[in-house]
Amino acid sequence: MSHKLLEVSDLLIEADIDGVWKPIVNSLSMTLERGEIIGLIGESGAGKSTFGLTALGYTKPGCRIVSGSIKLDGVDLTKMKEPQLRQIRGDRVTYVAQSAAASFNPAHTLFEQFAESAVQHGKMTMAEARERSVELFRQLELPDPEHIGERYPHQVSGGQLQRAMTAMALGCDPDIIVFDEPTTALDVTTQIEVLGAIREAVKARNVAAIYITHDLAVVAQMADRIMVLRYGDLIEEGDARSMLINPQHEYTQKLLNVRALRETRKDHNEDNVQLSIENITASYFGPNKNVLEDINVDIVKGKTVAVVGESGSGKSTLARVITGLLPPSHGKIIFNGTELKPALSLRSKKDLQSIQMIYQSADIAMNPRHKIKKIIGRPLEFYLGMTGKQKDERVLELLRLIEIPEEFAERYPGQLSGGEKQRICIARALAAEPELIICDEVTSALDQLVAKGILDLLLNLQKELGVSYLFITHDLATVKSIADEIVVMYQGKVVEQGSKADILTPPHAPYTELLLSSVPEMDPDWLTNLVDKRKRGESPTSESIET
Amino acid sequence: MGLLKLFWSLNWGARFGLLIVIFFSTCAIFAPWLAPYGQSQIVGDVWEPLFGKFVFGTDQIGRDMLSMLIYGARNMIALALLTTGCAFGLGALLGFLAATMRGWVDQVLSRFVDMIISIPTLIFALIVLSATGTAIPWLITVIAIIYAMPVFRIARAVAMDIEVMDYVEAARLRGEGLWWIMREEILPNAMTPLAAEFGLRFCFVFLLISGLSFLGLGLQPPLADWGAMVRGNADGIAWGYMHPLVPAACIALLTIGINLVVDTAVQKASGLRDDQ
Repeated sequence: MSHKLLEVSDLLIEADIDGVWKPIVNSLSMTLERGEIIGLIGESGAGKSTFGLTALGYTKPGCRIVSGSIKLDGVDLTKMKEPQLRQIRGDRVTYVAQSAAASFNPAHTLFEQFAESAVQHGKMTMAEARERSVELFRQLELPDPEHIGERYPHQVSGGQLQRAMTAMALGCDPDIIVFDEPTTALDVTTQIEVLGAIREAVKARNVAAIYITHDLAVVAQMADRIMVLRYGDLIEEGDARSMLINPQHEYTQKLLNVRALRETRKDHNEDNVQLSIENITASYFGPNKNVLEDINVDIVKGKTVAVVGESGSGKSTLARVITGLLPPSHGKIIFNGTELKPALSLRSKKDLQSIQMIYQSADIAMNPRHKIKKIIGRPLEFYLGMTGKQKDERVLELLRLIEIPEEFAERYPGQLSGGEKQRICIARALAAEPELIICDEVTSALDQLVAKGILDLLLNLQKELGVSYLFITHDLATVKSIADEIVVMYQGKVVEQGSKADILTPPHAPYTELLLSSVPEMDPDWLTNLVDKRKRGESPTSESIET
Repeated sequence: MGLLKLFWSLNWGARFGLLIVIFFSTCAIFAPWLAPYGQSQIVGDVWEPLFGKFVFGTDQIGRDMLSMLIYGARNMIALALLTTGCAFGLGALLGFLAATMRGWVDQVLSRFVDMIISIPTLIFALIVLSATGTAIPWLITVIAIIYAMPVFRIARAVAMDIEVMDYVEAARLRGEGLWWIMREEILPNAMTPLAAEFGLRFCFVFLLISGLSFLGLGLQPPLADWGAMVRGNADGIAWGYMHPLVPAACIALLTIGINLVVDTAVQKASGLRDDQ
């Protein structure tokens, strides 16, 4: 009788949540054939990582497998002892983690880490391992494959590191590779390169893979089959193509619709400029290392300007300059007709009040030891002089405005979900009654559906209160749904700016083209087509931009 | 009942430590009611035997050892608590200040602390106390300054980590003053490591006071203290009396007890578990 390569049946996993065992994976089953890629998709807390990792016979600390079996070639991993499992891991089943930067040991070269598991498993000698590493590094399109192995992890980029990790996973010719969100931490433009390289390598070697991600468009490029998970339950399972065309479950449909473009109003009133950034140049370390060079941006009252760019483009530095955290070396900022003082400490309370900021990680943007009512109440007290009952009532009013139940006022940030926390941060910014809110990647730490809720809220608030937004993001889908004006930044310079319609309709500046073409689409053939186009030189690549 | 349940959820070390701490605290709080005699009252002959007419015998001049131990607990714990409290007030304030202001303030404070810390603790205390005299306010001031230095370093390091958080930046952007940032943003988040440090420093302070008393520069008679009791009875060893070992055991027991409690508290606070 022939076995499937991997057969997981009725797996029930429980986790220790504050001393109580609660199920986080409810009797899930999965089969995997040789050479097949299965995509596990869901929001955070869906149990997708926990479930995916069981292919390694592994559960995270604080979790336990209660019942069910995990059969690899007919052998049950749940009945194996730790030493036997260690033989399988890194040899027959391997793992690629989300953050390669955190998973590599900074004290060893890439090659040393590549060779470690292969040699330890007795698969090859050091010399063979070296040959093999070069071969795999070449296949994953790493630059200078002969010598890149001698570098240390900090000497290569994030995307290259993620590919090196995939090479490592392929090192022992495994049967299965588990990819746990391998591109989530990367920029869109880098993500393409890594996705392409991973797919080629996996297909070429006929390895089966479990691909865990929260991004449906990404999984559409990679997987043959998709399992949609939510709260540890299977929502829908099926062939990747047919699921994208015809999703059965309401939840899958919602996930698909997140990326749908919404048309927003397009009236323009250029006279009413609220904030004007003029010839700003700024640097952290002396005049020769400018992070921003000669930036000019205008923000019209009641409108949203989106600043787009990948990490290192200087978009967050721009926010620091506007808020006064980093005084510019050159140029000035005009706010409502008067020049803002360059440094935070010189600005008046009124100036501080009218520009508020919302951060990327709501987790660390709120003091974990303050109750929600204090977090929202403090700006009221500080700027508006509210106290006692008046303040408490205004806090409740703000909570209603951001669609959060009133009883949350007595809670601490730790008791809230990611989306709720971000809403509280919005309320804190609104409490000051600002004229401009700077949103620094406010949705990038959130699940897609939650992020959509936040964007909707921000748009509604703008309609009601007439605040302007400076929206800093690397996510073009966000830009499409919220921006009036777009500023595209690359290496500290503005490469293109204009109204949303102008920027999003061709012809594009080469870098804008690269960014736009890199956003994954739901079409399963998208990656294949794009890679072909780039090879033919019809679409720009990172290398062609740099030269 | 909640407290009892909490007690049973602890490991045996912490339970043991907690019992010791509770025992000595009770002695300290209720000393006048618990002690059979006064702390300087001469009640019998010199070095009456242990477990005889007097439970722990009498000392070199005939005072009741048990009563002295009970009053000693009160004097020593009160003094050590007060001193550690002062050391923490001073050290944490300066540490937070250095971390929030950075720049030259940090440099000046840190180098000053480096300088003080490089002088051996006991010698520094001995020199200063022999110049100022051994009045209790001086004792507290000198020891508090000595132990404010390591507290400064911890507080500064902890505050540095907190200071880079977005919520502190948000407070700065709001225009909050230095005092607010230190008191409302940094202090509540630094409480856990500082509380653990308090327990440890309390032991050090306790031992330093005992040491100073042993050398005659600590608490002065008629106030009973354990260090001085070891010193006073030390001569008895030559004649085979075990009396000096009793206060010495008390010092050891209390410091060990506090350490056990602190260990568990730190472990709980940092989220580590026994099974990991």
